[in-house]
Amino acid sequence: MSETLEAPVMQEAGEGPAVETLSMQQALNRALAEVLAENPRAVVLGEDVGRLGGVFRITDGLQARFGEQRVFDTPLAESGILGMSVGLAMAGYHPIPEVQFDGFAYPAINQIVCQVGRMNYRSRGTLPMPITLRVPSFGGIRAPEHHGESLESLFAHVPGLKVVSPSDPNQAYHLLKHAATRPDPVVFMEPKSRYWQKGEVDLDAAAHGFRPGGSRVAREGRHVTLVAWGAMVARCLQVSELAAEDGIDVEVLDLRWLKPIDAEGLAASVAKTRRAVVVHEAPLTAGLGAEVAALVTERCFGTLRAPVERVTGFDVPYPSGDLEDEYIPNIDRILFGIQRVLEYRRG
Amino acid sequence: MPLELAVQAELPELNRDQLRQLYRLMVAVRHLDESAIRWQRQGLIPGYAPELGQEAAQVGSGFALDMARDFVFPTYREMGVARTVGVDMVQYMSTHKAVWHGGLYDPAASRFAPIQAVVAGSVLHAVGWAHAQTLDGKPAGERGVAISYFGDGASSQGDVHEAMNFAAVLKAPVVFFIQNNGWAISVPTERQVAGGSVAARAAGYGMPSVQVDGNDVAAVVQATAAALAHARAGHGPAVVEAMTYRRGPHSTSDDPGRYRTLDQERLGAGEDPVARLRTRLLEAGLADEAFFAEAKASAEREAEQVRTGLQALGSRPGAEMFEFVYQEPTEALKAQAASWREESEHV
Repeated sequence: MSETLEAPVMQEAGEGPAVETLSMQQALNRALAEVLAENPRAVVLGEDVGRLGGVFRITDGLQARFGEQRVFDTPLAESGILGMSVGLAMAGYHPIPEVQFDGFAYPAINQIVCQVGRMNYRSRGTLPMPITLRVPSFGGIRAPEHHGESLESLFAHVPGLKVVSPSDPNQAYHLLKHAATRPDPVVFMEPKSRYWQKGEVDLDAAAHGFRPGGSRVAREGRHVTLVAWGAMVARCLQVSELAAEDGIDVEVLDLRWLKPIDAEGLAASVAKTRRAVVVHEAPLTAGLGAEVAALVTERCFGTLRAPVERVTGFDVPYPSGDLEDEYIPNIDRILFGIQRVLEYRRG
Repeated sequence: MPLELAVQAELPELNRDQLRQLYRLMVAVRHLDESAIRWQRQGLIPGYAPELGQEAAQVGSGFALDMARDFVFPTYREMGVARTVGVDMVQYMSTHKAVWHGGLYDPAASRFAPIQAVVAGSVLHAVGWAHAQTLDGKPAGERGVAISYFGDGASSQGDVHEAMNFAAVLKAPVVFFIQNNGWAISVPTERQVAGGSVAARAAGYGMPSVQVDGNDVAAVVQATAAALAHARAGHGPAVVEAMTYRRGPHSTSDDPGRYRTLDQERLGAGEDPVARLRTRLLEAGLADEAFFAEAKASAEREAEQVRTGLQALGSRPGAEMFEFVYQEPTEALKAQAASWREESEHV
């Protein structure tokens, strides 16, 4: 993973540049620009998304390019941003609201749950809610309180919503373009600690067989499946390199969609490895790891060699920056999880 | 001091035909409302939220709308508005028969949003829809206006503040139409609304407001029309607060005897808005007993038709629980639907 800051590197492929090296921030910005260019009914709204370009610069330059009508700052009120998005969608627009940080989704939860998730249902499909809610998510950047939360199980529990989280720039670019062209509401959880990591983005991925749905195998392996999403995918890939030194062949499954979860992809991986460790930043209890464990158990009970392990955050409020490395699953804790499933003996 | 509407339209006095039409509408609404209470007692519908006493506020405001371009955002107590703007009453009442939460009418075609059970839930939707009229680029004077209905109780919700502020900042064409009916279930306005009125708050947003006798249907028509003209002309939002009285219980499950006496009701309610218009028509020589008798008979026929329609209205097929959650249903939800079908067919 390159951490250099030079301009995007273009590689010639066929007639035009098909692969570029971009940070996730650049990839998301580019995806938004293309969505705005392709769909005149797409609008970007939120706090500081206009002139500033967002606190993470994901909307950088979009207002200058598309105008103040298409990309606009709202007053500082998240319920207002989401409630207004519902009304815009009712009028035929495709709002792409940004909630500036994960914890700021809490003031909007009434609109998200009772309105965004239900208007299509309440109206018997006559008022679709094509709302792409971007939420810079998860921890790892030493931020103040309420800036490091992992809300995926909260969102995934809400009927009517879909939830997705990219793990690298290529996934970010394609999944956002996909989400922002769907007729249903999608919560798009961006791993903010990965915004500045660069990676290759295959701009012609559709021609190269990119599938926007389901999970993806980020690394193939034979002995154990690590199930992760968002920023934890990169960490699990690091873990897999270390485990390989001990002869343990780890498969990393990037779940991507947290609703709907790709149960078939999950089962296919665990059927092969017969062991699963699910890794997430959110607290343990009623976290999405429980759903993953249930799906694996339902489909792979006969061949599982060990109970599904969960390596997660703890049932505590997200701690201050000094302690977040103790909270977020680190390499050692994930390795311990792998060790437990490998050493498990039926007793 | 309340701010004044920028457009002080010289609205012509309502003519004979208009006043007679308003009377017929109010009698129809009154009769339908009282019939719905009986239908609940008879077991035809499980519950109902009567609007008894609010006929002038609802019919008058609905009458002022231009339904070719405006859009109504109701709560759960706007049957009188729905009837006035032409929503099918069997499909509207279906929500009270527990057939479908939002009602069976097509909200997009009716330009009447689905019945909203969340107090203040739809106020922000009105702002979003209204801002979309601005984004559509229609010239001032031709824009559709969103009318947001809510009550004195809902005015305590934070979403109302957010909606008023957003609308004023964006100069969105919205009319906030408050029916201050004196009661939020058991809590009187003086224990609900600090500052004496909701209209008084508008000045804080730089928004004009009109407080109107909500039991005088002609005054309500004029006030609403002026507010609509203000918003339509591009001057931004406006507030109309119609002072009225909830003569009935909050709902068919409520027992007002626990919080107010009959004497208090009589004093608070003032003159019946329907009787008041009748007196005006009689005194002005605009109608006679034959007209009133015909209006009553027509209202009775209509209510009977609605009752017959409701009796004939069956339950929706259970498959619709699954059908309208998404525009693009997930495989997981399809599997749940298949499982439900299989297991319910075996019972």
